[in-house]
Amino acid sequence: MTLVAVRNLTRIFDVSKPWLNRVVERRKKAFLTAVSDVSFDVAERSVYALVGESGSGKSTIGKMLVGLLPPSEGAVKIRGTDLARETDAAKVDAVRRDIQMIFQDPFASLNPRWRVRDIIVEPVASRGGETEGMAERLLEQVGLSARDAGKFPHEFSGGQRQRICIARALASEPKLIVCDEPTSALDVSVQAQVLNLMSDLKDEFGLTYLFISHDLTVVQHMADRIGVLYLGRLVEEAGPDALFDDPKHPYTQMLLSAAPQLDNFGRDVPPPTGEIPDPINPPTGCAFHPRCSIAQPVCSRERPEMRDLRGARVACHLAE
Amino acid sequence: MNEPILSIRDLTVEIPTRHGILSPVKGVSYDIGRGEILGVVGESGAGKSMAGNAVIGLLSPPAHIAEGEIWVGGTRVDHLAGEQMRRLRGKEIGMVFQDPLTSLNPLLRIGDQLTETMLAHLDISRSEAEARAVAALEEVGIPGAAERVGSYPHEFSGGMRQRVVIALALCAEPSLIIADEPTTALDVSVQAQIISLLKKLCRERGTAVMLITHDMGVIAEAADRVAVMYAGQLAELGSVREVLTRPRHPYTDGLMGSTPLASRGKDRLHQIPGAMPRLDALPPGCAFHPRCPHAQDRCAENPGPRIEDGAGGVACWFPMTREAVA
Repeated sequence: MTLVAVRNLTRIFDVSKPWLNRVVERRKKAFLTAVSDVSFDVAERSVYALVGESGSGKSTIGKMLVGLLPPSEGAVKIRGTDLARETDAAKVDAVRRDIQMIFQDPFASLNPRWRVRDIIVEPVASRGGETEGMAERLLEQVGLSARDAGKFPHEFSGGQRQRICIARALASEPKLIVCDEPTSALDVSVQAQVLNLMSDLKDEFGLTYLFISHDLTVVQHMADRIGVLYLGRLVEEAGPDALFDDPKHPYTQMLLSAAPQLDNFGRDVPPPTGEIPDPINPPTGCAFHPRCSIAQPVCSRERPEMRDLRGARVACHLAE
Repeated sequence: MNEPILSIRDLTVEIPTRHGILSPVKGVSYDIGRGEILGVVGESGAGKSMAGNAVIGLLSPPAHIAEGEIWVGGTRVDHLAGEQMRRLRGKEIGMVFQDPLTSLNPLLRIGDQLTETMLAHLDISRSEAEARAVAALEEVGIPGAAERVGSYPHEFSGGMRQRVVIALALCAEPSLIIADEPTTALDVSVQAQIISLLKKLCRERGTAVMLITHDMGVIAEAADRVAVMYAGQLAELGSVREVLTRPRHPYTDGLMGSTPLASRGKDRLHQIPGAMPRLDALPPGCAFHPRCPHAQDRCAENPGPRIEDGAGGVACWFPMTREAVA
């Protein structure tokens, strides 16, 4: 069952200078395409991961999914409801209730002046729901103690704060949780604890995760389906085994070979060349062609369409 | 190992506070040889950066070196006065920090920053320094170096900026570079470029590198030897291959188990219960014993044995003897 259907999603930001500067300096308006024509489906009770480097648009997609940003074009449909265009407020509210988000920085996402109890029940309390004993129950579910409900966020370590964020996300009994780099700010051993907790909760509550990360090993560990983003475009989508054993897009191949590996002592491979291009003036055709080792003239002319290839979807003219 | 460039012996850093004296680094000893990369790995608060700062004399008061010796290229540096230390810093020891933007002066062209550094430390003319600045930028792989010397730091991307910082650290030809999380702020593909650059420079110039990071993958690929730190103490020291495939300290073992690995598939990750103790609440005995699966009475009573030889060892009463796991 498809829970989330993302169709031709595009987000363009206006990054122009103020109008007076434009007139004086004779500049045109500038637009940054953060997400460009991205389509994918997230099945219910699965973990869909978006990976990419900085500027690939993964967080922007996450924000559009939860409704924090309206799409410029295309749509996000959650169980058939398009949050940005649906006019029936009751329907929108019902879907919104099913979506929660966990952010990267657990130090910035908890109000320092609120007690943990108030932070956790807020998603329910703001809708006038019954919250008696809820914070205590949720705290125990995420591996903290019920006594912690009366404390303030500063009394907790980074890993514990992220558990509080998870408890808050669970309070409204959501179906979908968008996790934006949930463990990037944590140490390895704490990351292991949080990832295990997230897996357990997923099974217990039948959750669906959209897991946004730059860390390939974490994604491989967590995801059922992985989408690789480059410069706002989905370049490849596959299951973890297919993606890691048989990457088809040259960018995925580059990313995998660049990722440090624990069993590659003193590896000496030529590192990837070049850097991510300027998203305000992206390359023509395939965005990856200036860095691609197998690029042909067609790559700079035509933007490749997503096509099916051995159990994966890949946007490359030449991948076989 | 040949004569070590850096030799730390029994280093203890203390911070006096109202609630007593804290020791973010306690009895740490290690050596780094010529052309060698020593990875210093540990979680936040393990004292890995503090040890690096002690070497370069950048401890911010009231933190100070309470005990131990630091030798750089045969000179003892831990008790040097401000002016002497300043000469040494940059000349003998180069430093690369995590955030390249904060370690460059935003108001100076990068060419000027490089020439300034060289004129301060080397006995050369300005024109020669300018020529060397271009050569240094070329060496770290900045395209169009001759034109880019006139650019300001903000005109570079993150990866390019980190290359400039490395050029800056190397331009006075130091014998030791301390790289504190040099790739943490960078993307994977850029990280691979920077690591490969560090390895190349280290090999070609024989510079010793202290690579401080929390990322085991970076250590595995870049370092020759690794020092694992926990709660200010050295838990294990040895060759990367030995330590990572046959960890002898239970903490190293737990750390390796916590790291998601391709070969492990989707099984549950191994968890180390609890969290690293705060410096003001260190448990008696071995600092790791409350979280250790193999702890016995002796561990709670006696602090673990210290690694005194700078070459290798394990600070555990009951080191693991398991066969290779990887």
